[in-house]
Amino acid sequence: MIPSPAPTGQSAAVRAARRQAVSVAVATGLYGISVGALAVAAGLNIWQTQLLSMVMFTGGSQFALVGVIGAGGLGGAAVASAALLGGRNLLYAVQLGPLLGLRGWRRLLGAHLTIDESTAVALAQPTARPDARRAGFWWAGAGVWVCWNALTLMGTLAGDAMGDPKAWGLDAAAAAAFLGLLWPRLAARRAQATAALAVGIALVTSPWLTPGLPVLASALAALAVGLWPGRAHSGADQEGSP
Amino acid sequence: MTGAAVWVTVGAGCAACLGLKLIGAYLPQSWLARESVARVMNLVTVALLAGLLAVQAAGQGQGLAIDSRLAAVGAAAIALWLRAPFIAVVIIAAAVAAALRALGLP
Repeated sequence: MIPSPAPTGQSAAVRAARRQAVSVAVATGLYGISVGALAVAAGLNIWQTQLLSMVMFTGGSQFALVGVIGAGGLGGAAVASAALLGGRNLLYAVQLGPLLGLRGWRRLLGAHLTIDESTAVALAQPTARPDARRAGFWWAGAGVWVCWNALTLMGTLAGDAMGDPKAWGLDAAAAAAFLGLLWPRLAARRAQATAALAVGIALVTSPWLTPGLPVLASALAALAVGLWPGRAHSGADQEGSP
Repeated sequence: MTGAAVWVTVGAGCAACLGLKLIGAYLPQSWLARESVARVMNLVTVALLAGLLAVQAAGQGQGLAIDSRLAAVGAAAIALWLRAPFIAVVIIAAAVAAALRALGLP
């Protein structure tokens, strides 16, 4: 084996991380169009929609907040749905803390950019290359933020010009967006059971509860399935791998 | 919901979601990193997305309605099965619902 100088090897790994981060940023940014268009259809204005993409900056929670408002639900239910969905970012931030080793304003910025995509790109880099992992995190986080906000604005403007959202099928597009976010999480048997139970809870409680509350009630499916005895500790992860 | 109420909801939602990220970054606690906590949190995400899907696909005010959205979600599922990218899935669903409604279906 020919020994290669360390800097070349490092920068090759970093370049690979950046390339991956940029392609993830572009692909993710594209569906910022749908969050923009759906928010306008749900009754948010352009500033409210853009504030969500700039500050909330976590797609699932944005779709949830907009969905509950659009369904005529209570503000509290909309915020609670968004917060419950955003809870996973807390776990990502805990996981990334030692890896990023940030202080001061960088720590604040790093926390803000902690989302599904930046975490996934960082953790997809080789464990032996912390520099590539950090590069993946920052390039994916910042790249998604820029693309996400630019395309949210485009979606808002397009949604504003479209008129009746139902004639364009935007209500169905919102449902498809949730399905698209859910799909990659359904590999494990427990996840499938949770999703099925959650759909059942939401449908059965819909005629009885104020809009927004059926979605919160569906979260109970996670507790029911998560606490169900069985191969809880190994099963989910093993079934999750392809 | 009034304009002011939407502002309050948007502001509170932003504060909650950003706050959760900051808690994770500034107050790393060992129990949060536990595998069981992570697993339940993953399932909470799955459950909420499934609940949102159900309500968005079949809900109408306080109740249920079967209309073009269900066919659109079926088309979206087929597109996902065929590994279509996210944005294509969303556009296909919108196109199916829009086409069915143009034909006069609810």
